[in-house]
Amino acid sequence: MLRVEHLGKTYGEGDDAVEAIGDVDIEVAEKEFVCIVGPSGCGKTTLLKCMGGLLPPSSGQVHLRDQRIEGPPERMALVFQEYSRSLFPWLTVRQNVAFPLRRKKLDKSKAKELVENAVKSVDLTRFLDRYPWELSGGMQQRVAIARALAYEPDIMLMDEPFASVDAQTRADLEDLVLEISREYGVTVVFVTHDIDEAVYLSDRIVVLTPSPTTVQEVLEVELPQPRDQVETKEQQEFAQLRAHVWRSIKRKQEEKKPEAAAAGAAG
Amino acid sequence: MSARGKHFLGVGLEIAVPIALLVIWGVLSAGSKTYYFPPLTDIFTAFKDNWLFERVSSDVVPSLTRMFAGFGIAIVVGISAGLLFGLSRRARIAADPILEFLRAIPPPALLPFAILVFGVGNGMKIFIIALVCLWPILLNTIDGVNSVDPTLRETAYMYGIPWRDRIWGVMLPAASPQIFAGIRTSLSLALILMVISEMVASTNGIGYFVLQSQRTFAIPEMWSGIFLLGILGYVFNAGFGLIEKRVLRWHRGARASALG
Repeated sequence: MLRVEHLGKTYGEGDDAVEAIGDVDIEVAEKEFVCIVGPSGCGKTTLLKCMGGLLPPSSGQVHLRDQRIEGPPERMALVFQEYSRSLFPWLTVRQNVAFPLRRKKLDKSKAKELVENAVKSVDLTRFLDRYPWELSGGMQQRVAIARALAYEPDIMLMDEPFASVDAQTRADLEDLVLEISREYGVTVVFVTHDIDEAVYLSDRIVVLTPSPTTVQEVLEVELPQPRDQVETKEQQEFAQLRAHVWRSIKRKQEEKKPEAAAAGAAG
Repeated sequence: MSARGKHFLGVGLEIAVPIALLVIWGVLSAGSKTYYFPPLTDIFTAFKDNWLFERVSSDVVPSLTRMFAGFGIAIVVGISAGLLFGLSRRARIAADPILEFLRAIPPPALLPFAILVFGVGNGMKIFIIALVCLWPILLNTIDGVNSVDPTLRETAYMYGIPWRDRIWGVMLPAASPQIFAGIRTSLSLALILMVISEMVASTNGIGYFVLQSQRTFAIPEMWSGIFLLGILGYVFNAGFGLIEKRVLRWHRGARASALG
């Protein structure tokens, strides 16, 4: 449903130009859960913003169901890493979740239903009329997820959404996202730098190279569904995949290093 | 001491100190023969004769009408122009030298010009008040809008929020703490400029009354006018503080939780 073709992104011009993304091709199927992993600073967020229509690519294109993306599409939602800066602090949980629905011009009772169902599926009904800053970090990110769900997207982009919550909350949120992505039948593209998280969540993993980014490898994850924090991670295949991705990223980083050093010496 | 006790002590001090000062002033000035510092009781008598409520419609109402007309214009123009300059980098760069120049002119220097253009009526006073009050609101709005968190902007953009909702629902609320700081500064300026403009050229108003009393050697009356201005300033500030507290409740909450 989502097709990234020869996507490239260069910041700046002339001598100052920095090539963040070299040439990336990715295909995501309907209702698939795809994780994008790569070493830090490899342009994952840039890639995601190009997919979401927030940044215009320098070359190549992104298609959502054969429609070229030139701005944020109506059937797409994005969950940012910085929940505390992406929620509106002057709005309550209910108002935050309802805010994007203004684009859809729904009637009041329908909008109310969408909001309350979305908040219910992230288990925050008791906090509907609280402000985000009255909630913990993990709860705030759940509000951001509920906001994305109420928007009824066909595809949800998530940019390292659990990078700034503690480990226990993180595990809970991972399970929550798996559950609701199935329940709502939504396609998910999930960016993370955490390899365990990627293996645990994915149907497929896209491994990126360091910047300028290209796709290094695409891996099918055939761990049984539904996933379980204990049982899934005990499986042989989980450990193998995890090690594979780990080495894949590590090796590429090692290759890049001497190159960069040589370039530095030459320049 | 309990928190409640501390609170009552605070309020008690707030009330007791001004009263104590007034009592001391009253005692020290009783039977005063010094011309410029008449007995406090004379000032109170003058206050009662003039402001309760003899001159309310002839001086207080015109003064406050000018003040709030100018202040209101400054708020509307300051926030609208601030939004424009805050949202558009180009507009900001183009306007910047002019804004900096206009802001640097000491406002009373514009009084002769204002009198030429608007005469000595309300127009000139409202113009001067609005012009001076404009800058803190305008500059704070520009800064506030300009520094709205990029993630908030992207969130609004990502969800396709219509531009009208983006202005009213995102940019203005996000900038409101700074806008309010500007308005608070302007509120004091409005009172000051109201008095100055009425002293320069006027036929009524509180500023006019104070100057006129001094010129006719009606010293207790002069003092009573100064008292009134002080009280008005205090009341406006307190009222504004209440509004601010209500509107920016989320901001204090969010900041407190960010500090942990």
